[in-house]
Amino acid sequence: MRIEIRQTVFDPYAEIAVHERSARKPGQSGATACFIGTMRDFNDGSAVEAMTLEHYPGMTEKHLADICAQAAGRWSLHDVLVLHRVGDIAPGEAIVVVAVWSAHRNDAQEACRFIIEDLKSRAPFWKQEDIAGGKRWVSNNTSGYAAPGRKAGS
Amino acid sequence: MSIKVKFFARLREDAGIGERDVPFQAGMSLPEVWRGAGARCDMPANVLVAINMEYTRGAVMLKDGDEVAFFPPVTGG
Repeated sequence: MRIEIRQTVFDPYAEIAVHERSARKPGQSGATACFIGTMRDFNDGSAVEAMTLEHYPGMTEKHLADICAQAAGRWSLHDVLVLHRVGDIAPGEAIVVVAVWSAHRNDAQEACRFIIEDLKSRAPFWKQEDIAGGKRWVSNNTSGYAAPGRKAGS
Repeated sequence: MSIKVKFFARLREDAGIGERDVPFQAGMSLPEVWRGAGARCDMPANVLVAINMEYTRGAVMLKDGDEVAFFPPVTGG
């Protein structure tokens, strides 16, 4: 398992590939599930020019390690990678990668969703957007889970 | 005998404080910690609180040397 908070821009696809080559044994995992979150150039009706991501050093890593351990207890997993950006971010840059490896797809997919949903609702990160006329704090994240027949937030 | 109090994101700006040591008193409540830190705003209803980097809710039993963090709803990912 690898959890990392990073100040600098990264290529999420390369990070997954590098982790897979360095930490995984070829042929062991039949399934890899990934979530990649990317900075948008619009939010709440405004064009967003840039963003600053703040976090709580120490608690962030601890919280993510706890949630990955919970996922490993609930599903049968081979490996987990969580990489999250902090600092100044530009539109189009990756904010977060969650990748989960398992023997079969259900464990990887369910665990990947569990980790990203917990990260978005509980991990101590905060976004401040640069919009025309100043800066504004994002007040809350939308829910990623939808009731049957209803549309989830993003 | 003190506790370390931290504020993050919008609450850091509204409170006018990033981090402050507050004298520890046995049995002190979270609103007492908030006031003791000298925050410039009232404690909001939707505040999240962590003690020693673990979320907490409701009544707390603080100890000398604890770290208490106040922050708004999180928006990562």
